[in-house]
Amino acid sequence: MTTTSVSKGCFVFKPSAKVKKRKLDAEDYFTNGSEDCENSKERFRLCQDMLDKMKSETELVQDELNKMILDSLLEFIRKSATSFLSREDDWASHMRASEIPTAALVLGVNVNDHDMTFQSLSDRLQQSVTPFVVSVQAKECTVVRHLLQKVLQRLMGMSVSMNEDEEEGSTDVPQKRVHCSLRALCDWYKTVSKKPSGISPGKKRSSSEMEFPAHPPIILIFKDLEAFSPRVLQDLILICSQYTQELPLLFIFGIATSPSTIQRMLPHSVTSLLCIKLFQSSSCTQHLATVIDKLVLTSQFLFKPSGKVLQVLVGLFLYHDFSVCNFIKGFKLSMLEHFHSQPLSVLCCKKEDALARAERLSHQEVERVRQLPSFMRYVEEQEPQEQVELLTNDEHVKEVCQKLLKSLRKYHKNYFPILRCLHELTASLPKYPLGKQIRELHVTCLERKVWETEEYETALQLLRLLAKDELVSVLHKCIEILNPGKTKKIREALRQLQDFTAKFQQLDACTDSSAVEMHTEGGEGDTASGHSLQKKTDLFHLQKTLLQMKESCRTKKRSPFELLRNQAVEYIDGLVRMHLTPPESQPLYEVCYYTSSGTLRRHLNATPRTSIQTALSHPYYYLQNEALRSEAGAISSAAPDICIAYKLHLECGRLINLYDWLEAYTTVVSAAKSDSPDPSEKGKVDEVRHARFIRAVSELEFLGFVKSTKQKTDHVARLTWGGC
Amino acid sequence: MSVLLQHPGYAEERLRSVTERLPCREAQACTMLALMGEPEQYSYPSIFIYGHRAAGKSYVTQTLLKELELPHIVVSCVECVSAGLLFEQVLMAFFGSSSSASLPRSPSFSDFVRLYRQLCTQLPANQTRYIVLDKAELLRDMDANFLPGFLRLQELVDDNVTVIFLSEIVWDKFRPNTGCFEPLLLHFPNYSKVELQEILAQDCHPSYSPELYSSYINILLGVFYSVCRDLRELRHLAALNFVKFCEPLENGEAKEKDTHKLWRNIEPHLKRAMQTVYLREVSSVQWEQQQTEERETADMRVLSAHDHVELPYYSKFLLIAAYLASYNPARTDRRFFLKHHGKIKKTNFLKKHEKTSNHLLGPKPFPLDRLLAIFYSVVDSRVAPTASVFSQISSLVTLQLLSQVSHDDQLDAPKYKCTVSLDFIRAISRTVGFDIVRYLYDFL
Repeated sequence: MTTTSVSKGCFVFKPSAKVKKRKLDAEDYFTNGSEDCENSKERFRLCQDMLDKMKSETELVQDELNKMILDSLLEFIRKSATSFLSREDDWASHMRASEIPTAALVLGVNVNDHDMTFQSLSDRLQQSVTPFVVSVQAKECTVVRHLLQKVLQRLMGMSVSMNEDEEEGSTDVPQKRVHCSLRALCDWYKTVSKKPSGISPGKKRSSSEMEFPAHPPIILIFKDLEAFSPRVLQDLILICSQYTQELPLLFIFGIATSPSTIQRMLPHSVTSLLCIKLFQSSSCTQHLATVIDKLVLTSQFLFKPSGKVLQVLVGLFLYHDFSVCNFIKGFKLSMLEHFHSQPLSVLCCKKEDALARAERLSHQEVERVRQLPSFMRYVEEQEPQEQVELLTNDEHVKEVCQKLLKSLRKYHKNYFPILRCLHELTASLPKYPLGKQIRELHVTCLERKVWETEEYETALQLLRLLAKDELVSVLHKCIEILNPGKTKKIREALRQLQDFTAKFQQLDACTDSSAVEMHTEGGEGDTASGHSLQKKTDLFHLQKTLLQMKESCRTKKRSPFELLRNQAVEYIDGLVRMHLTPPESQPLYEVCYYTSSGTLRRHLNATPRTSIQTALSHPYYYLQNEALRSEAGAISSAAPDICIAYKLHLECGRLINLYDWLEAYTTVVSAAKSDSPDPSEKGKVDEVRHARFIRAVSELEFLGFVKSTKQKTDHVARLTWGGC
Repeated sequence: MSVLLQHPGYAEERLRSVTERLPCREAQACTMLALMGEPEQYSYPSIFIYGHRAAGKSYVTQTLLKELELPHIVVSCVECVSAGLLFEQVLMAFFGSSSSASLPRSPSFSDFVRLYRQLCTQLPANQTRYIVLDKAELLRDMDANFLPGFLRLQELVDDNVTVIFLSEIVWDKFRPNTGCFEPLLLHFPNYSKVELQEILAQDCHPSYSPELYSSYINILLGVFYSVCRDLRELRHLAALNFVKFCEPLENGEAKEKDTHKLWRNIEPHLKRAMQTVYLREVSSVQWEQQQTEERETADMRVLSAHDHVELPYYSKFLLIAAYLASYNPARTDRRFFLKHHGKIKKTNFLKKHEKTSNHLLGPKPFPLDRLLAIFYSVVDSRVAPTASVFSQISSLVTLQLLSQVSHDDQLDAPKYKCTVSLDFIRAISRTVGFDIVRYLYDFL
């Protein structure tokens, strides 16, 4: 492109409007780069279906979790609102007339998740209590003026948009935005609350039949109290307190850390103007447990993360952010990755669809099935003749596929109830041998055969020592868990467990009668041994008798309860061995399980420094240029200047002599020419190379690898050590 | 005790009602009346009233002006986030609602004076106009000419106007160094115990006799007067505990005459309330609920009881590292975090150059590098320097557990301070099994 301008300068060339690119949507991105377009479109559809389903599910979970606290909060707000109206006639409320009702909502440190909570809170408030709900964030209000402006804008602007039909009445207030004062708000509130038609929600929300009381409160939500400057808050509260007689104001503080923040931020003269009530939300770990319960530990969603993937996600949660939103995002990402990278994930759908799809597998897909490690293992287990069939006959593979898919579904249907049972049994044991949370147990079961672990052994031993009432109550819980199960195996297990509990109860009945004699017998034995102990006092004999007593204990006939208990534990062990096999043992498990935890970690837990170091030491990794491919250790002259400078600086100590560095650099660069024809030029450095070198060094300084130092002239200090 | 206020120019019954409404402040009211003179007379240009919180400054001034129906405007300076707001309120109060329309967008004091003079010629004052500036100490933060300007407003606008300043701070802290018109100073002393008793006894519960309430107040003051003389706080306490006090009466266990019995009943409760005086840890509503629910041993869900913060694992270690960096001198890092820290003589090392402990001096700022270096050495596993570790630092800043000392714009080597207390950090480090005291220079 050229210009007609004589002078030097920057010119903007707008792209010609002819080539208008169609904007790529998600589906195009998804299918981009895959050879089988139809297949990937199908997968995209499946993935989207599942995402939608998951979204609604998580929203449901969220709502349920917040229900308790939001309900009590709403109750508090309603009460305060009514007490504002009836203030005159009640002595107690008259005495605290100047206090502003305030709800301190402690939400935990996972600030990312708060938005959702506040959104649902303000929605519910607007639906049922008052149309005047304003939420403010700290970053919008650095001085009190901005805060007031925001509040007034949102309140008045909203009312204007709500009653558009009577514009001349209230629109002039926000238009004349000369001064944002609470006085203006007061006047506005009087006009609005006078005519009840003005407050009732407009056409948009006509579905909610809720009628607001005559004086709906004005609710101010401070989303992140910690981030507000104390000065601003103090001023606002002081100002608001002067209008408590006229405006039914209400505050909600969103607190991330602890409620004592309020006292730290506000002096006594200000807190005495507030009537604070504390609300504590459920902890985020509990929240996570529910989400995992609903998304992972269910046969409803076919997509399953493998043990490693789940560990990455949970690790991110526990170690880094405590954010359930991020966990769900990560889960969705792994799902997207799964559908994107695994062509056979077309089979990861509803039962009928999956069977029908298996019927329609193309030859290429059948080949893919044959290459699945789990399928190969399955083939190896078969008879030779069957093996040949499986490897040659496509139709047969399709049939087998259908069968295997069915059994995979069945596996899941059995797996989760039994997992829950096992967790129920072991969760109350001392020291939690199999983990406190069910997700830990789940991960163990996914990774290896759980019954081969030591922890499982100790757990079973502890189970064999449980007292009767504990065991029976736990068994009852298991029965409850298994109750809704529909598969044959589960029904069978359920029947057995019910049997066991019934037997335990029978035992109760018959031992009651025999307990008396048992007891007396035992008592005699005790006293007898006691006597014998007292007689012999020397150590050797004591040891001997103790050993004898132990022996007799072991050989002593076990009580019927103990026998039954062992049977029950035995049975549970059998269940675990049958149903809690790791998914790798299931043929075609790759269809449902996403295993690439490394990809996920790279996406979710980025390591900027490692990437930079990789880029500098292995430029081929990013640039994909064949000339850059080199064995480790060698410094290629074709690499970008900064890479050469970086590799050279790795060989230096704490202080780097710039001149030596330059020398080394020119040597490497000129090596490309392979000939140094002019010996006279040897000492001199080409100007261009000099400039390139200086640029490379300053780039390294910018990236934080070296910095200038005053300790020695012509030296720079090296800042990083080790690394890749 | 109550002397009827008398002053020519005001109606007798007005003065009587003022007297009734201003208990224990007769002397001050009298002085003010004398200063104000008759409604038509010019008064002193500016009056400065100061005294502690809840000493009745605003109340006396407002009651006087309101009851005597003098033209006045009370402006709280907190509310005036901009100067225009202040001027607007004054003009609107004296000259009607349309008067402020001709104020320019961000008016200066001379704009205000000009407009005032203009309007004043149309509507001259036949009675003294009063401008009351509450929380006047905030005037000092506004433009430099505001305070001197208001002090001699009468002269500037050539009108019968008096400005009354109300503040909790003495006049000496106001006087600008360029000099100004000296206002008349008027001090409101604190209420004495007798006066407090008299005032508090006034808001008695409608369903009980005034004598009972008065005796209740007597008991209350007996307990609290030694620690708290703030009328507002006392009133709050009185309202909180009165229900409890009346309980035996409600149940029929005691009569109004059994003062001793009532006293025995209420005393432990007041003792308990004494621990949280001024703190407002429980809101008044919650307190009442507790009282009615009658759970003596039930844990009080007070604000400070929830001082436990749940943090992600690495955030805990970051916070610990920040605490160590804040309270240990940088030169001691070698000793604490290096396995082979060479030969540092212990005696030499332990000699404290700083006589005072670092915990008394408060946290010191530290650069990000040092925080990360300590973090990597205290955390027990190998942690990749991922982006989320860095983002956790900034989220700790937003949670105000750390504070950024350097300016926001400084991207290169930001500096932080750790703002949590020793108890807090000990609780945190206990949850991760880290013995922080062993790593603190102060506790060696």
